[in-house]
Amino acid sequence: MIRSSIAVKVRGLTKKFGDFTAVDNIDLNIKKGEIFGFLGPNGAGKSTTIKMLCGLLLPTAGEGSVGGWDIMKESEEIKKTIGYMSQKFSLYDDLTVEENIHFFSGIYGVATSRKKERLEWALEMAELQDRRNALTKTLPGGFKQRLALGCALLHEPPIIFLDEPTSGVDPISRRNFWNLINEMSKAGTTIFVTTHYMDEADYCNRLALIYRGRIIAEGTPNELKQKYMTRYVLEMEVDKVVEAMEVMLKKGMEAAIFGSLLHVTVDNIEKTVPQIKKVLKESDITLTRIERIMPSLEDVFVTLIETT
Amino acid sequence: MKLIRIKAVAKKELIQIWRDPLSLAMAFLMPVMLLFIFGYAITLDVNNIRTVIYDMDNSSLSRELVAEFRESGYFRVIENIYAQKEIDKYIDSGKAIAAISIPQNFSKKIRKGENTELQVIVDGSDSNTATIALGYISAITGKYSQKVDGRNIKIAIDPRIRVWYNPELKSKNFIIPGLIAVIMAVIAALLTSLTFAREWERGTMEQLISTPVKTYELIAGKLLPYFLIGFIDVAMSVMLAKILFGVPLKGSPFLLMILSSIFIFGGLTMGILISIIARSQLVASQVAMIATFLPAFLLSGFMFAISNMPRPLQIITHFIPAKYFVTILKGIFLKGSPFKLLLIETTVLSVFGLLVFVLANNKFKKRIV
Repeated sequence: MIRSSIAVKVRGLTKKFGDFTAVDNIDLNIKKGEIFGFLGPNGAGKSTTIKMLCGLLLPTAGEGSVGGWDIMKESEEIKKTIGYMSQKFSLYDDLTVEENIHFFSGIYGVATSRKKERLEWALEMAELQDRRNALTKTLPGGFKQRLALGCALLHEPPIIFLDEPTSGVDPISRRNFWNLINEMSKAGTTIFVTTHYMDEADYCNRLALIYRGRIIAEGTPNELKQKYMTRYVLEMEVDKVVEAMEVMLKKGMEAAIFGSLLHVTVDNIEKTVPQIKKVLKESDITLTRIERIMPSLEDVFVTLIETT
Repeated sequence: MKLIRIKAVAKKELIQIWRDPLSLAMAFLMPVMLLFIFGYAITLDVNNIRTVIYDMDNSSLSRELVAEFRESGYFRVIENIYAQKEIDKYIDSGKAIAAISIPQNFSKKIRKGENTELQVIVDGSDSNTATIALGYISAITGKYSQKVDGRNIKIAIDPRIRVWYNPELKSKNFIIPGLIAVIMAVIAALLTSLTFAREWERGTMEQLISTPVKTYELIAGKLLPYFLIGFIDVAMSVMLAKILFGVPLKGSPFLLMILSSIFIFGGLTMGILISIIARSQLVASQVAMIATFLPAFLLSGFMFAISNMPRPLQIITHFIPAKYFVTILKGIFLKGSPFKLLLIETTVLSVFGLLVFVLANNKFKKRIV
């Protein structure tokens, strides 16, 4: 059960391993029903943070609560409130799909009357109805991931922590996965999810960017884009896209191909656009459209890290 | 406490054992194998000593003596030889362990009522067998001389070898019950020493400790299937002892199984404690092996009498759970001891098991690192 409308609230959360500070004095505020994305490169401190919030790792310093329970003193109460899916697959390889589900539903103390229903729900969610008797080790990565998610949600926890749930999963599975997360959020579940895929950040209600143990930015995806992106991204439609990119690069501009379109990052629109038009004309490339677009979060993150 | 959780852990553990041939072999084959190996290897009995006879007298009396050797069951006469130097050949090549030569005047001297001598050569490279063989020889000749004496021929064959000899000693009767205790001490700890370490090594512990399962539920759930295995192991060992080794079971099999369960509980819990501390399957299994086998083998009184040990060692034996189990097994097997005579041992083993359980419960932290 959750004792307050704030699902996660921590101040000054710190974890040191010897001399190394993995998580450095971070604050978090996550409302009930929110999808909170925790972004950062590998080794930034995402997993350490999530483990502290789940009561798996004792913080070196800090205070706060998860689901209203104290993170320092009531970690066993927290464990009744949450579902946790670790970064590494941690179900039993030598058990079948159904045996794994049975085990965790026993461990989470799912009521006998609900067991069958939850089993079917998990199988359906993971699309494993036809493979319920398959040994878990024989499943492809995406199915394993969803089975792990299913097992962590058998007891219908109000807060769930997902550590890199989509790493190593194919794009279609990833999209299905995020649809599922969205549905749960709509049903009132709070979701704390870490990822290093920047394109997934747009699925989140709110984001925090963590780098070297510190939170360097926080806000909704749009806030982050507007607040931190001081450079502009121009999208162009040209007839010879590869040649156009080569020309841009030669002129020292940042250019990248997105499908049939060309993206160029610039500091100043007024000055650069005429310049681009001129260069393209000289190279005999026809420009049919040029406009400023919203930068992606990846652009934001790269910019932020460069300035940190 | 939620029984549903204990049940879930126990069931999962059982499936895992069932699917792992190595675990299965360790659970059911190893105790039987150990009992075979040690049961046959550790023995104080010497039977079928390969013997050659050099009968220079070749009389009815000398043949009667040879027959005594044959019929004793301890000697197997493999050859009658007719020259002294052949003895060396047989002994040196190891074809024979003992050679007995009967002097020419053997029957003559006996009839005259004089003492006579046998020449006995025994291969001394296995001193244990040699000593025992000599003991048998002196006993058989002693018996023979009495028999001859009974016919009112007043003589004695002087057995010049004096060695300790216990005519009816069947050492297996003493060794096997103690051996069961030693084997169960090792097996019990070894079985569970892998349980927690395996979860840490495979990464499944991380998921497990994120759930509301309580430590004692986890320990109890993991203990249950192994308890069942330990129980079956004891039953198998007791049956093998009876059927294969012919050890008589004088006491109550029911009492034996109940008291064995108490010991198994302690042993399994010990393995869990080791697994919790070691976190690595390799380290845990080695520690479990050393921590149980050596004390159980050397200090339990299973083979080496505690009363013969120096005082400090004697005190240490009080802390070896296997010692109490050896007493229980020997008591029930050989003396048919009733429960009231084994009350102290039972109490000590129960306290030990509970203590280790509490220790394991406190030692396990539902956290990483």
